[in-house]
Order: sequence, then C-alpha cells, then structure tokens
Amino acid sequence: MGVLAEVTGNVGSIAYGLAAIGPGIGVGIIFGQGVQAIARQPELYNTIRQNMLLGFALTEALALIGFVVPFVHS
Amino acid sequence: MIARQLLAAEGGNEFQAPGTEIFDWGPLWDGAPSWLTKPTLIVALSVIIVCGFFWAAFSKPKLVPRGVQNIGEVGYLFVRDQVARPMIGKDGDKWMPFLLSTFFFILVMNLMGVIPVLQLPAPSHIAFAIVPAAVVYVLMVFLSIKHQGLGGWFKNMMFPPGLPAWLYIILAPIELLSTVILRPFTHAVRLFANMFAGHLLIAFFASVGYWFLIEKLTPLGSGLGVLGFVMSVVMTGFEIFVQALQAFIFTLLAASYIGGALHPDH
Repeated sequence: MGVLAEVTGNVGSIAYGLAAIGPGIGVGIIFGQGVQAIARQPELYNTIRQNMLLGFALTEALALIGFVVPFVHS
Repeated sequence: MIARQLLAAEGGNEFQAPGTEIFDWGPLWDGAPSWLTKPTLIVALSVIIVCGFFWAAFSKPKLVPRGVQNIGEVGYLFVRDQVARPMIGKDGDKWMPFLLSTFFFILVMNLMGVIPVLQLPAPSHIAFAIVPAAVVYVLMVFLSIKHQGLGGWFKNMMFPPGLPAWLYIILAPIELLSTVILRPFTHAVRLFANMFAGHLLIAFFASVGYWFLIEKLTPLGSGLGVLGFVMSVVMTGFEIFVQALQAFIFTLLAASYIGGALHPDH
C-alpha cells in the first residue's frame, strides 16, 4: 500500500494554525463580552475599553509566540 | 502550488513568496561600518523626528497653543488620560515624560513601516523591541524592590491575600513565572511579532501584485495580480491601525507594570 496522504512544506504553518485556535477563541470572548459590557454600561466605556485592550494584548501574545516559534526554530 | 505554476508557467520560474530574507539588510553602502544598516538608520531617524517634534511643540509653550503645540498637546493628553492616570493613578503624571517618549518613539518606529522608501518597521528586528521592554522590566524590578522590599515584592506577587489556601500551591509558581519571566518576554515579542508579521504580509501581497501584473502578465493571472495589489493597499491601512495599537498597548503595559510596582494593593 502506497502513501495514502502526505504533507509537504513547512510544518511550522500547521503548528501556527493550531496555536491560533486558543487565542482566537480568547480574543473573541474578550471583545464579545467587552461590547456587551459597553452596551450595558455605556458610561463606563473608557474603563471597559482599557481592560478590553489589556486582556486582548495578553491573549494575543500566545498567538504571536506561536507565529514566531517556527521562524526561530528553523 | 499548481495554480501558481499554471498562471506563471511561461518563464519556467514560479512565484516565490517573500521570506525572512526581506529583513536582512547589509551596510548602507560599500565600506560603511557594519552597524550602519537600514534598521539602525530608521531608529536614528525616529529619535530625531520625536525629539524635533517635541522641541517644535513645547520649546516655547504658549498659553493659547498654536500650530504644532496643538498636536503635541493632543498627544500628551491622550497618553495622560488613557494610559498614565488609569494605570498608575494619582502620581501617574510624574511618569509622563517616560511614557510619552516611549509611546511616540515606538509609534514613529512602527509607522516607518508604511512610509514610502523606508518601509521597514524597526521593531521587526527583535533587538529594537527587546531594549524598550528591558528598560521597562529593569524599572519594574527596581521600583518593586524600592517600594515593597524584596520579600514584600515576592509575597505580593505570589501570595495575593483573600484566596483559599490550597489555591496558592497552583497560583504561586504561575504568578512567579508570569511576572518574572513571561512579562518581559511577551512584552518584547508582542511588539516584534506584530511588526514582523505585518511587514511580511504587506510584502507578500505586494509581491503577488508585482509578479502577476508586471513580471508575468497573463490573462488568467491578472485577476490574482489585481487582488494582490488591492490587498496590499488594504493591508497597509490595516497595518497603520495595528502599528498605532501596538505602540499604545506597549505603553499601556509599561504603565501597568510600573503602577503594579508602585501600588501592589490594586
């Protein structure tokens, strides 16, 4: 039996695809909940946006580490 | 890969996506000192621009601002009201010189990525992201030890009060790792990776446009070339947004680290 399925090219791209799942969900939750919070309490817009961006930056770091690792490793 | 070969088969050579080699810049001219490369030139230019801008804005301040001073004051108020005061608190104004120059220095370095001819965000070389992050880290460690004491710093970091005792077994090592090692690492890598990825993305779309419209113009490939061209314009706009956001987030996190060092209780 020959080769059934084969993947060629840089495996790092698959790794990044996997690494983007978690932060993708996280960023979605952060902005979804943030918009909801602003809709409920528009007068707290500044505070909410501040914390939203802070949480976004912390979550996004995971995706970015995933992006950098294949370049560093190769 | 097959589609690309089909579209650009005539010359026998296929489209090559740009890789990390677009970040390699040798000395500016033959015989130039080896450190004098395009990224260092961009950093030096950014320093001059930021110094010149604030010199023009604030060297002779008027009570009723005119011209450049207006722009400078808008920038100052933005950093003060969005970053310094919410993150550090009442004594945030004392940290404004540091935060303002950090914000504008990184903003100008980032925006160099979309300025024609230069078109290289300096933090896409990780060294230029590590140095500001290292400055903030050293500052954070120094201020923490000065304001909380060495023992107090670790105690506030690893054992925040008001949690069930068994939780500290998990929390203490995580907090130690995240504050001492991951903070400076992510602080630098966040800026670097955003600029790196953005520059690579623009370069990719631009080279798609160039390849399929100019280098190898074919009836089938021209659509792809137009798409690449349009996307490179769209991505440039998006990059301006990301570059401003990353400068803001870098300053925001720097302020939050400083604020955490000064006031550990909140």
